[in-house]
Amino acid sequence: MSAPRREVASTPGRTVPAGDHAPQTAPAASHPLLETRGLTQRFGGLTAVADLNLRVQAGELVALIGPNGAGKTTVFNLITGVYKATAGEIRFDSVSIGGMEPSRIHGLGIARTFQNIRLFADLSVLDNVRIAHHARTGYGLADALLLTPRLRREERRVMEETLALLRTLGLDELAGEKARHLPYGQQRRLEIARALASRPRLLLLDEPAAGMNPHEIGDLMEFIARIRTEFGLTILLIEHQMKLVMGICERITVLDFGATIAEGTPEAVRADRRVLAAYLGEPDEGAVSGAAAGGGDGSTDDPGDPHGRRHDPTDAGSAS
Amino acid sequence: MRASPLLQVLRAWTGRIQRPFLRAGDSLAAQRRLGLVLLGLLAALCFLGAPLGLLDDYQQLLFMYAGINVILCVSLNLVNGYMGEFSIGHAGFMAVGAYASSLLTVRALPEGGAWLGPVAVLAGGVAAAIAGLVIAVPSFRTRGDYLAIVTLAFTMIVKSGLENLEWVGGGRGLAGMRKLTTLPWVFAWTVLAVAAVRNIIYSRFGRAIQAIREDELAGLLSGVETRRVKLIAFTVSAFLAGTAGALYAHLVLFITPRGFDLLKSTDVLIMVYLGGIGSILGSVLGATIYTALLELLRPLGVWRMVCLPLLLVLLMIFRPQGILGLRELPWLVPRRDRDAVRRRGPRGSDEQGRSSVSDATGDST
Repeated sequence: MSAPRREVASTPGRTVPAGDHAPQTAPAASHPLLETRGLTQRFGGLTAVADLNLRVQAGELVALIGPNGAGKTTVFNLITGVYKATAGEIRFDSVSIGGMEPSRIHGLGIARTFQNIRLFADLSVLDNVRIAHHARTGYGLADALLLTPRLRREERRVMEETLALLRTLGLDELAGEKARHLPYGQQRRLEIARALASRPRLLLLDEPAAGMNPHEIGDLMEFIARIRTEFGLTILLIEHQMKLVMGICERITVLDFGATIAEGTPEAVRADRRVLAAYLGEPDEGAVSGAAAGGGDGSTDDPGDPHGRRHDPTDAGSAS
Repeated sequence: MRASPLLQVLRAWTGRIQRPFLRAGDSLAAQRRLGLVLLGLLAALCFLGAPLGLLDDYQQLLFMYAGINVILCVSLNLVNGYMGEFSIGHAGFMAVGAYASSLLTVRALPEGGAWLGPVAVLAGGVAAAIAGLVIAVPSFRTRGDYLAIVTLAFTMIVKSGLENLEWVGGGRGLAGMRKLTTLPWVFAWTVLAVAAVRNIIYSRFGRAIQAIREDELAGLLSGVETRRVKLIAFTVSAFLAGTAGALYAHLVLFITPRGFDLLKSTDVLIMVYLGGIGSILGSVLGATIYTALLELLRPLGVWRMVCLPLLLVLLMIFRPQGILGLRELPWLVPRRDRDAVRRRGPRGSDEQGRSSVSDATGDST
């Protein structure tokens, strides 16, 4: 079992109270930031997630990959409280969050983006981000009705924080635009901005690179690396674009039919035979050809080899 | 200005919609002055019109109807426009407010002095708010059409309930109120109601209410306790409808359950959609125009009830967003919001331009 070993290794780290100020350098905490135990979700006869044991240490960047329909987004929906798990447990910073209201889970420090962008389309960029401040804005309905000094103070604070965040992410000039009028890439970025507005500790990104070309994916990788250090984030992401997954993620968990079929470093996962089988058995290969190709590198006699022709050599470069 | 061509096109396009909001800077002071002057004139007319003989009784009555309709319209817009739910229970809340306040003034406090007017209006509001809370708690557990059905049922229950309660007059109605509703009071309550809705809309609650309309799940996952926010919006809306009902009861001095049937709810719905959802100015205009139209078309007699629905149909075809759908008079918007939107530095770095060009290619998926 790996748990005791981790505990021993982290004992010195626990005596240093400043350890969690630089979480991305060493996961010193004895318990993971996010942990699922035997997480299971059934929809009728379909098991979307089966006995998932996921551990994400503070400061880590972990990818959740798998063929379409493997249950990845369901995992996000379980963590964020959209679904109540059929069985199993989810712990965030040692607090059991299974069955909690989504807004409360958000308040504990988990924010996410969506596979299909879900912005508040008819509201301004500014309001999209300010809505994420709702729960942390300290005034009540009476303050709102009477425009009390407290409301003015809080609104000013929220406005300053929001504009600063938009400036950091290069969206400040678009503050007054309606979200629906932004170009696609900026909409993705705005969704991340909205997620960051609540200063989350854990950020869940659901296919952040969907619909992006290789050049944009390169930008996105830099962007993710940047916000990770700037905001001291732990990131769990779902992605089909293997360039991104292999390029920036430290650990990868592979799901297929709701079950974990592999787990480990990018190198270990791309060489795993079950992963290859899972991807190559999938008729829809467009999105995952990168993975097949990546695996093809490891074992040239693999049936997935023909896909290697489509493999972009820069992928290997960024992966290593 | 080194905006990428795409962004320029985009901004030119969005600019058409946003211009009154974004470029309001210089004209804003003038606009604010004009608005305050108009409001002041209206206040003067409402307070001094009757004593100075500028308005006859009929004109005063029209002004009061318009004011009451503005309260109804603004409050329904909070739920149907800003929150994107569909309530058709406004007649029911109005009825609760009208009957509760009338019972207070006729039965409980028949000797009351000048203070009774506002107390009655507040009582009507509180009674309606309680009714709103009672039906909101179960109906907001699910989404969509459910609220429409529940509020429809509520309106019918209130109406038939009142018809069968003999001690409130049953089907014969309730009379005996004193004329506590006067034009200055209607003006004051209308301004308060509009200000209350406006202040809510431009607070965290207003943004949360709109988040529910735009994408409830995204709102929930951005920390908005959507159920609580819905209850607040619905209760406030019912409260204001109750005050409108109380004002109405003490204006016409005779209320019957039939006066608060589904047609009354439909009236308010038409006003909201005529003025435009998600706009306070739109609601004020919608209610005023509808009240005026009702009067102007009075000579048509029965045909009025043909013309008005026809108007609604034409509106839905040619201007489905209403007069001012999702647009707002800039000086209703708080200064901090306008400033933040207007304060746009010089066009961004090279990185900015590049990413917006590449965004266009990413758009093909």
